[in-house]
Amino acid sequence: MAQIDKVRILVLGDSGVGKTSLVHLICHNEPILNPYWTIGAGVEVKLHEYKAGMPAEKTYFVELWDIGGWSAHKNSRAVFYNPVHGLILCHDLTNKKSQQNLKKWLTEILNRDGKNIKDPNDLDGKEDDVLWAEQYDKSDTDFDEEGDDIYEYDPEQYAGAAIPMLVIGTKLDLIQASHVTTPSRGFNIAEECGADEIKLDCTCTKHLAPGTSNSVKLSRFFDKVIERKYYHNRDVTQVRFSTYTQKSYR
Amino acid sequence: MLLAELVKLSAELVWASLKWAEVTGNHPRQWAKPSPEKRINQLNHCANSNICSVVTRWVRIRVFSPCGMFHLIISLPQGVRPRSRMFQIIFFGGGWVFFLKKLFRDYEVHHWVVLLVFSVTFALSCTLFELIIFEILGILNASSRYFHWILGLYAILFTLIVVLPFYIAYFVVKNIRFVPQKGHVHVTLTVTAWLIYFYCFWKIGDPFPILNPKHGILSIEQGVGRIGVIGVTLMAVLSGFGAVNYPYTCMSYFVRPVSDADIQILERRLMQSMDMTVMKKKRICLAKHESQKHASMNKDYGGIWGMVKSFTASPILENINTLKQEARAMEELSRQLFLESVDLHNEQERRDYLKTLKGKYFNVLGHFFSLYCIWKIFMATINIVFDRVGKVDPITRGIEIAVRFWSQQISFWIVGIIIITSIRGLLINLTKFFYAIASSKSSNIIVLCLAQIMGTYFVSSVLLMRMNMPSEYRSIITEVLGDLQFNFYHRWFDVIFLVSALSSIGFLYIAHKQAPGKGII
Repeated sequence: MAQIDKVRILVLGDSGVGKTSLVHLICHNEPILNPYWTIGAGVEVKLHEYKAGMPAEKTYFVELWDIGGWSAHKNSRAVFYNPVHGLILCHDLTNKKSQQNLKKWLTEILNRDGKNIKDPNDLDGKEDDVLWAEQYDKSDTDFDEEGDDIYEYDPEQYAGAAIPMLVIGTKLDLIQASHVTTPSRGFNIAEECGADEIKLDCTCTKHLAPGTSNSVKLSRFFDKVIERKYYHNRDVTQVRFSTYTQKSYR
Repeated sequence: MLLAELVKLSAELVWASLKWAEVTGNHPRQWAKPSPEKRINQLNHCANSNICSVVTRWVRIRVFSPCGMFHLIISLPQGVRPRSRMFQIIFFGGGWVFFLKKLFRDYEVHHWVVLLVFSVTFALSCTLFELIIFEILGILNASSRYFHWILGLYAILFTLIVVLPFYIAYFVVKNIRFVPQKGHVHVTLTVTAWLIYFYCFWKIGDPFPILNPKHGILSIEQGVGRIGVIGVTLMAVLSGFGAVNYPYTCMSYFVRPVSDADIQILERRLMQSMDMTVMKKKRICLAKHESQKHASMNKDYGGIWGMVKSFTASPILENINTLKQEARAMEELSRQLFLESVDLHNEQERRDYLKTLKGKYFNVLGHFFSLYCIWKIFMATINIVFDRVGKVDPITRGIEIAVRFWSQQISFWIVGIIIITSIRGLLINLTKFFYAIASSKSSNIIVLCLAQIMGTYFVSSVLLMRMNMPSEYRSIITEVLGDLQFNFYHRWFDVIFLVSALSSIGFLYIAHKQAPGKGII
C-alpha cells in the first residue's frame, strides 16, 4: 500500500445535495442505504488505473473527501482543505440556488489562507499554497456584518489556480425530462470555469456503469488530476505565471 | 395520555387557586367591563361619520348574535383609512423579502403559495401590534380601531386555524413516499388530516376554564382562547428556558479561555484520526481488490478446487469486516473531534468579537439582561406564592405613579421596544432553527410550521401585553376579547415559566456534571 501513490479530491456543495451518496456510488458501485448528514468530512478511496489500457498504466489511490456542507461548521472546515489536487462541485438539479452557491464554495476553497495545521509531515502541496498566496491578493474578501464573506468571485482566479474541476448535478430522477434537455438560462458554473459537467442520479448504478459517457468523463477527470499532480511538477512554476492572462488551462 | 392528564390537572389547580383567591376576598382587581348599552352609547358619541353609524349597527348585531361576522363583511364601510392599508402593505412586503432573502436563502421556491401564506401571516401579526401602538398614540378614532381589531383577529384566526394546517397537511401528504401521486388522493387525505387536527384543537379547550358557555361557536373568544393557551404555553416554555440558558452561557464563557495552540492541537488530532480512517479504507479497498481477483481466477476452476480456493479467501473477508468496524469507530471519533473543533472556533470568534467596541457594548447589555432574567424568575415565584395575578408589573406601575404626565410617551416607547425586540428575536430564532433542520425536501413544511408558531406567538403576546400597558390603554384589548379570563392566562404563564425554568436548571446541571472540565482533552 505504501507504494501506491495517492491524489486528494474534495467534493464540495451545499448541505443535502447528495455528496455522500455520490462518493459512495463512485467508490463502491452501489447506492448508499442510509445516508446521514455529514459532520466534518467523510472519506472514501478508489483504486484508479491511470491511462488504462496503455503502456504507461499505473494504479493510483483516489481519495474522495466529502466535506459536510452545514453553514454552522464553516469556521472549522478549513482544516480539510489542504492539500487539494482536484475539486468536484456538486449541486442539486431540483434547486437552482445550490448551483449559485457553488460560487461561494469555489471562492472559499480558492481563498483559503495558509493558516492550516503546521504538520511537518504534510509538506506535500505546501509550496503550492505559498505561491498562490503571494500571487493573489487576499484582501479581496470583504465581510458584511454577520461575518459572512461577500464573495468576490473571479473566474480568472480559478483559471490561474489550475485545480482540475468537475461539476456534478444530482437528483436527476426528481426533475422532469424537459428541464434536462433545455439549457439552463441562469448561471452555469461549468461553462464559466471551463469544466466538464455530469448529471446523474446517485441512487442508480447505471448512471456510472463502465462505458457510459458519465464514467468516461469521470475517469478522464481523475486522469487529469493525477497528471496535474505527478507529471507536471517540473514546469509548474513557469506555467502558473503564464496562465495569468489565459482563460483556461488544460 | 399521561401528559394530557397532567395538563388537565395543572389547569384545574390553577383555576382552583384563582377561585379560592376570589372567595377569600384576595381577588385581583377585575377589569371593569362596560355593559353593552354603555359601549354603544360610547360609540354613539364619536364623530358623526358614516363609519360610526355603520359600526354601531353591526356592534349591536355582534353583541347579540354570534354570527355577526357575516354582517360585518357585508357592511364593510367604504371610507376605511388608507394609512393603515399602507402599513399593512409594508408589513406584507417585509415578510415577503424576509422569506426570500433570509429563510429561503439556499432553496428554490417551487410553490409560491407557501411564500404568500407566510407573508400574509406576518403582515396580520404585525397589524395587531400596530393597532396596539395606534391605541396608545390615539391615531385612528376608537370605533375604527375597534373595527380593525375585530377584522384583524378574525383574519389571523382563520389563517392559523384553517389555512396553515391545511397546507401543512397537504405538503406532508405529498412528501410521504407510499402515497399514490394523484391529485384527488392528496386532497382527500389532507381534508381528513385537517378534520382530525380541528377536533384535537377543539378538545384542547375543554380542560381549560377559558370561556363561558354563552358564547357561540364562531365567536372570536373560542378561537383566541385556544390559540392563546397554546401560545402562552409555548412562550412560557421558551422564556423559561431562555431565562436560565442565557446567564449560564454568559458565565461559562468566562471559565474556559481558548488559545490558538489549543485549536492547533485539536486539529492535528483530528487530521491524524482522519488519516487513520483513510489508511483503513485503503486496506479494505486493496483487500476487496484481492478477493475480486481471487474470485475471477477461481471462476476457471470448478468443483473442489473452487471450494478450497474460496476457503482461503474467507479470512480476507473476515479481515474486511474487522477493518470496516475499525474504520467506523475512527469515523465516529473524527466526528466528535470535529464538533469540539467547531466549539473552540466559535469561542475564539466570540473572544475576538468581544475585543471590538460593538462586542463590549453587547456584552455589558448581556450582563444586564442576565440580571433581568434572574429577576423575572424571582418575580414569577413571588406571583405564585403571594397570589398576585394580572396586576401591572412594577415598572409600568412605577411609571404610572411617577410620570403620570408623560405616561403616554413612555408607554409607547416601552411597548414599542417590547414589540420590536420580540418580533426581531422571534425572526432570528426562527431563521437559526430553519437553517439547522431544513433540507430541500422538508423546507416547505418547516416554513409553514414556523409561520404557524409565529402567528400563535404573536396572538398570545397580544394577550399577555395587557400587563405591560397602563390601564387606560388596555381597555381596547379587554373590550375586543370580551369575556376571556385574562387572569388565568397570566397565572398559567407564570406557572409554566417557573416549571420550565426549574427543569432547565436541572438539565443544565446534569449536562454540566456529565462533561466536567470540557475543553482540551
